[in-house]
Amino acid sequence: MAEELETERADVREDGRRPPRAVVGSHRIEEEIFGKVFDSNIIKRIWTFVEPYRTKIYWAVAAVLSFTAMQLLIPLIIRYAIDHGMQQGSADWHVLTWSIVVFLVAIIINFGASYLQEMLVGGVAEDVLFDIRKAMFSHLQRVSLSWMDKTEVGRLMSRLQGDVNSMQEFLETSVLSVGDIALLFGIVFVMLYLDFKLGLLTLCALPVLFVVRLFWLPRARKSFMAAHETNSIANGALAEAIHGVRAVQSMDRERVNFMLYDDKAHANLRTHLTAAKYAQVMVPIVDSLTGLAMALVIVVGGSRVLNQALDVGVMVAFLFYIQRFFDPIRSLTLQYSVMQRAMASGQRLTEVLDVPVDIQDAPNAKVLSPDMDGSVEFKDVVFGYNPKHPVLKHVSFKVNPGETVALVGPTGSGKSSCMSLIHRFYEVQGGQVLVGGHDVRDLTQDSLGRQIAMVLQEPFLFTGTVFDNIRYHKTDATREEVIEAAKTVGAHDFIMRMPGGYDGILGQRGGNLSLGQRQLISFARALVADAKILVLDEATANIDSYTEMLIQKALVKLLEGRTGLVIAHRLATIREADRIIVLQNGELIESGNHTELMRNRKLYSKLYNLNYASFDDIPEDVLDEAVTTGQAT
Amino acid sequence: MSSDATDRVAKPLASLALVNAAGWGKGFSILTRITVMAFRHPWQSSFAIGATLVASTFQLMIPRLLGQAVDHTQVALTGGNAGQMAQDALLTTALLLLGASVLRGIFTLIQNYYSEAVGHHMGYRLRLACYEKIQRLSFSFHDSMHSGDLITVGLLDLEGVRMYFSTALVRMVLLTMLIGIGAYMLISTDVVLGLLALSFVPFVGWRSSVTQLRLRATWLDLQERLSVLTRVMEENLGGIRVVRAFAAQEHEMDKFEVASQSAVTLAHQRVGIRVANTSAMTLSFFAAMGLVLWVGGTKVMAGQMTVGTLTSFLTFMTILQMPVRQLGLMVNAFARASTCGARLFELLDLDIAIKDGKNASELKVTDGTLRFENVNFAYPSAAKNQVLTGVTFEAKRGETIGIVGPPGSGKSTLAHLIPRFYDVSGGRITIDGQDIRTATLQSLRRSVGVVQQDSFLFTTTIENNIAYGDPWAKEARIERASESAQLHNYVLGLPTGYETVVGERGVSLSGGQRQRLSIARALMLRPAVMVFDDSTAAIDAGTEQRIRSAMRKYAAERVTLIVAHRLSSLMHADRILFMEDGRIVESGTHEELLALGGRYKALYDLQVRPGDDILSA
Ligand SMILES: Nc1ncnc2c1ncn2[C@@H]1O[C@H](COP(=O)(O)OP(=O)(O)OP(=O)(O)O)[C@@H](O)[C@H]1O
Ligand SMILES: Nc1ncnc2c1ncn2[C@@H]1O[C@H](COP(=O)(O)OP(=O)(O)OP(=O)(O)O)[C@@H](O)[C@H]1O
Ligand SMILES: [Mg+2]
Ligand SMILES: [Mg+2]
Repeated sequence: MAEELETERADVREDGRRPPRAVVGSHRIEEEIFGKVFDSNIIKRIWTFVEPYRTKIYWAVAAVLSFTAMQLLIPLIIRYAIDHGMQQGSADWHVLTWSIVVFLVAIIINFGASYLQEMLVGGVAEDVLFDIRKAMFSHLQRVSLSWMDKTEVGRLMSRLQGDVNSMQEFLETSVLSVGDIALLFGIVFVMLYLDFKLGLLTLCALPVLFVVRLFWLPRARKSFMAAHETNSIANGALAEAIHGVRAVQSMDRERVNFMLYDDKAHANLRTHLTAAKYAQVMVPIVDSLTGLAMALVIVVGGSRVLNQALDVGVMVAFLFYIQRFFDPIRSLTLQYSVMQRAMASGQRLTEVLDVPVDIQDAPNAKVLSPDMDGSVEFKDVVFGYNPKHPVLKHVSFKVNPGETVALVGPTGSGKSSCMSLIHRFYEVQGGQVLVGGHDVRDLTQDSLGRQIAMVLQEPFLFTGTVFDNIRYHKTDATREEVIEAAKTVGAHDFIMRMPGGYDGILGQRGGNLSLGQRQLISFARALVADAKILVLDEATANIDSYTEMLIQKALVKLLEGRTGLVIAHRLATIREADRIIVLQNGELIESGNHTELMRNRKLYSKLYNLNYASFDDIPEDVLDEAVTTGQAT
Repeated sequence: MSSDATDRVAKPLASLALVNAAGWGKGFSILTRITVMAFRHPWQSSFAIGATLVASTFQLMIPRLLGQAVDHTQVALTGGNAGQMAQDALLTTALLLLGASVLRGIFTLIQNYYSEAVGHHMGYRLRLACYEKIQRLSFSFHDSMHSGDLITVGLLDLEGVRMYFSTALVRMVLLTMLIGIGAYMLISTDVVLGLLALSFVPFVGWRSSVTQLRLRATWLDLQERLSVLTRVMEENLGGIRVVRAFAAQEHEMDKFEVASQSAVTLAHQRVGIRVANTSAMTLSFFAAMGLVLWVGGTKVMAGQMTVGTLTSFLTFMTILQMPVRQLGLMVNAFARASTCGARLFELLDLDIAIKDGKNASELKVTDGTLRFENVNFAYPSAAKNQVLTGVTFEAKRGETIGIVGPPGSGKSTLAHLIPRFYDVSGGRITIDGQDIRTATLQSLRRSVGVVQQDSFLFTTTIENNIAYGDPWAKEARIERASESAQLHNYVLGLPTGYETVVGERGVSLSGGQRQRLSIARALMLRPAVMVFDDSTAAIDAGTEQRIRSAMRKYAAERVTLIVAHRLSSLMHADRILFMEDGRIVESGTHEELLALGGRYKALYDLQVRPGDDILSA
């Protein structure tokens, strides 16, 4: 069949019409929810984060209002100075002087208010940002793994960063909007007060604006949405390229990926240009209306001034106000899109915050004491990641205190899943998992975690020193303990050869170590945890048998009085176990020690023989049999 | 590939060239470089700047006209005729004002639109350049750079540079225009009053340059702290199983808290700096206005000036009020662009360590013979640790070479040298007599397939993952590859079959399923040299035998290198190399090595003979 694989390849290459299978960015089509501009539920949720700072917010609003008041007052002072203080040839300095003094006071208040307001708002916005992020992060620490499995880290990161940032932006602008709205009303009020008719005339411009916005809004919204969406797709594609760069280069995908990315980036460019058009089209409209309003004031107001029916100062004040009047309208238009984005972000944030915590400590959960016996028991356990497709079917076995039990079975038979259940990463659908004689659901997760040390099939290391990685979480572990553990697993020598030794820095995911070395460190980490139960999921799969033998020797002492659960495909690894449990297709098919199982002549003995038979010696039918029983998962 | 496709493939080079061309003279400041890049879109940027000039001129006309209007109302009503004339004059002024406002609006639209457009076009070019660079940068670069930091450069720093044109440059032009022309107009009207009206300018200039420096410094610092925070969060979420397994949630929250606090403290400081600056600038502006009012008022009273002129002075200043407040933003934008630019350009200017040589030619595979000649190697990041020393061997088409050795003995490293993920430090590697460094990277990497030890699966469907190296492949071929890798039956059992998404890095698969998927992915390629780096460790012996049997024909047409720890995986190999500390210490067939009675034999005994003696020892 491999031959056919090749002959076909050539002609497939030829028909380039067919678009390549796109992976780039395809997995991150954000479900953009551009909800209502104002969603009271979301506002409520966000308010709970702002609440602790409410005194500051009140002060900020007060400052905004006084700032606005000063903005209103300043033209009035000017008007007063012009009308009453500047008669040509007059010698009454009094009015002018007083006007100047009041003006000075006003600008100092203005200064203080604007300083206070921005300080408070800026500060609170930062605080709230970090609070929201912390709340989400700490919630994510409790959310069940089945949810985490389905959710990409990148997506969560964009919640924790992008969405949280747009909430910050929203907070800042919303306080400023209060000022803008106050300014708007203030100006209307003052204008009507100064001269009612002229004021009304000026306000005529407003309805026009609203009609225009009515047409503008839905279209603009759509274009903003598209821009946001294409942006997150392009960003997702970039993140993917960074994470998968080694696979990309090794499979020579750079050109295809670039082509696909170009599409995404180009779509991003296009939608942004459209959005910019929509965002800017309001500018000339607002400006024209400003011009119109001023023209009206000049013609109507001006002739009334000529007829001495109006003070020239009033007209000047009007002209000032009109210019200020459209500023808040303009910025409110801008804030509209900020609000909209914030609501969408708020929605996504609340989604994360509302992910139910399926696996929680029961109300009267017990603490698993370190003195428990260390037994592990599966009682008729049924479990599936998708409840409709069980991965473990009625599995029952018991590991007695101090015993070392091995789990073997073909790939995908559910061994790692068993281990996850002991730790209660997932909830069983039927039956019970008991640790130390207690159902894991009756224990606190924290105490359970402390009594079980795991070496996971995938060794994950954190960026940081070797030392910190080995004593991970057990921050009171001494250097001696760490070195001891490293020596036990035979990691000491290569650690000492690293630049910096135990204080040498590991790259991302331990990238500057070989996989076997990473596995050794994660093994040492489990030893330092000093737990009653040790779970080794393929802990030595990437390590040669000689090193493994050394580890096993060193472990004998360590394992005394502890319970061990070991998974391995290399059967030599587990030959010494007290008992071997064979899983196949999620069912327990045999158990016993090595000699018993070999005598049984079932799956175990077949797998064992396959381990050592030379390839050509195995008749096809034996192979077939072993394999069909072996991997029908 | 279609011609369309080839055209677009040429693009990365073009866009890189454009970005690089802007980089002449390293000594030139980053801002100059960004500016030059912006003007590589000549039409849009000239439209933007031109429109800014026109719009600001109209904007400056407005106070003039308003002043005129006020003056017209001040005409003494001597006769009926004069009143009528004043009315007409008012009407004319009003119309002019309306016209000026409309035009200002239209030109502001053009200004804003085109300056954004320039930004977006720059952003597009930069994105492509950045993507291309990241894809091409060699493994040693990616080893040294945390992916989170790289994403920050590609997203945030790029954004900072993109925004430069509209938020910094155009705004600066606008401001210079308003203040410059305004200054001329004011001073020509009344020297003293004009100087007073502008008295805030030097203060604002000084403040903003000081603030820019401080903001810039803290911006870098903040980025640094935020990236620590990002790293903490990202690794926590990526390593969530470890965190849960050790019940380390509290520990992780502590780490988060520390990182978060340090960032938030600095963020507060930055708010302080920024706010102090804007408030002081606004204050100085209003103070200047107060001066104008005072001195102007005196002049009006003394009959040296009309109320109208004073009004136009004051209106001019209100027009300036917005830009002055924006000055703070502009300063911020400059600071941001220069720091972001520094980081972005550092990435874009990086030399790609491994690329085609000057006169690289296509690799011509004839016999398909791979040779290592006295190869030495040390990782660039730890140059003192010699990882491979004097590695020499040869493999012909159809041969299978097995490699064993303890962890860290250099097996993966050896595998990574063949497709030139790293370059050898000494000796050479040849394929059919051609030094791999003289071949083009593309042809080389197509001729060498590697199933990496911790292979990366993409968050996409199983089908897309298998076809990653050959995205045009037909379904039938994908299924056959998956059959050979013993994955097909499993996939058929899934509710959504090949359309099933595998989860991030393949979390929803078992260890062995992940490995089989990467084997299937590799089988889609047709390389002359195929390396399986410990890629069956999580697969049971039965399934593995089955895979090997399916691949027998496949292996007959190429050199196959198998790294494995389970000796049954490689005992049938034509030659087995035993590696230790970067050297080949034993080599030969299974039988020869057993007869030799060395390390390989010890390993074999450990795996075959019951180990009572070992544990009781
Ligand atoms: N997080 C998950 N979400 C959904 N399905 C999963 C998940 N993890 C494992 N599975 C599926 O459950 C089954 C059992 O997987 P498990 O990891 O327990 O196998 P295993 O016995 O450890 O295999 P291996 O030896 O290959 O590691 C597999 O079919 C796998 O695809
Ligand atoms: N990216 C890297 N940067 C620096 N040093 C590295 C890097 N990768 C590996 N090393 C070091 O190089 C040496 C050889 O590593 P290599 O991955 O080749 O070992 P290996 O033989 O594949 O081991 P394993 O069986 O554990 O996979 C080790 O000491 C390792 O720490
Ligand atoms: Mg597993
Ligand atoms: Mg390796």
